[in-house]
Amino acid sequence: MFKMMMCKEATHLMSKRLDVPLTFQEKLSLKVHLAMCSYCTQCNQQFSLLHETGKQYEKLIERDIVTLSSGSGDSR
Amino acid sequence: MQQITTEGNQERMQRLVAVRPRLISFARLQLRDLARAEDAVQEAIEAAIEKDDTFAGRSGYETWVFGILKYKILDSLRAQRREGWWQPLDEELDEAAIDRQFQKNGRWDQEARPSDWGDPETTLHSERFWKIFDLCMTALPDTAARVFSLRELMGLSTEDICRETGLKQNNCWVILHRARLRLRACIERDWLAEEA
Repeated sequence: MFKMMMCKEATHLMSKRLDVPLTFQEKLSLKVHLAMCSYCTQCNQQFSLLHETGKQYEKLIERDIVTLSSGSGDSR
Repeated sequence: MQQITTEGNQERMQRLVAVRPRLISFARLQLRDLARAEDAVQEAIEAAIEKDDTFAGRSGYETWVFGILKYKILDSLRAQRREGWWQPLDEELDEAAIDRQFQKNGRWDQEARPSDWGDPETTLHSERFWKIFDLCMTALPDTAARVFSLRELMGLSTEDICRETGLKQNNCWVILHRARLRLRACIERDWLAEEA
């Protein structure tokens, strides 16, 4: 019989998916759970956002530099 | 040997000075110590100036400097381990903090149910978000913060993290899962509280 996965276990898969590919079975279980659980859907989005922080940090640094060079009045 | 200072590298040096504070806060998230973070950034800046002619002309200066910094941070991290400054712990006793987010049957606890943080693009562009992120990273247990940072900020694979820390891959996943749950709870509390 198909046993419904609980939220705690679902967050484990949401996290794992960001580090390593899930198996077919895991993907399916997660998908089914997310389709039915709005809290886990939010959590999944939050994990994804945390996963973006590295790239975003790089962009922040880029922005600091761009701001400076455009503000320096140097037309080059 | 004295390098000839061209107008281009003069300007890049100004850029380095301007971006230094942000580089330091990045390094501090990983190294969890201000003095070591400042040292790593200093070394990265010196390396960038020294190797300026290897960069010359290409685009993406900041990405290049950031890449150098990541190497210096890893060096410093290895030194921290060698000196016994930090010991990766398989089991930090933070299971309780995670369990509090769930009921016994595995559903979300009423108090911990995740809410909408708003548009992700807007969130990631907010300075307030980064302040909260910084605070919540600092509040994480040591190993959790370092492993999370290696994975998400430094972009290492869990395999590489195992090599750097001596942790087993399985434990890495467990640590990352807990770190993400703790971070999301901490960020959500502050992010939604002030906005109201």
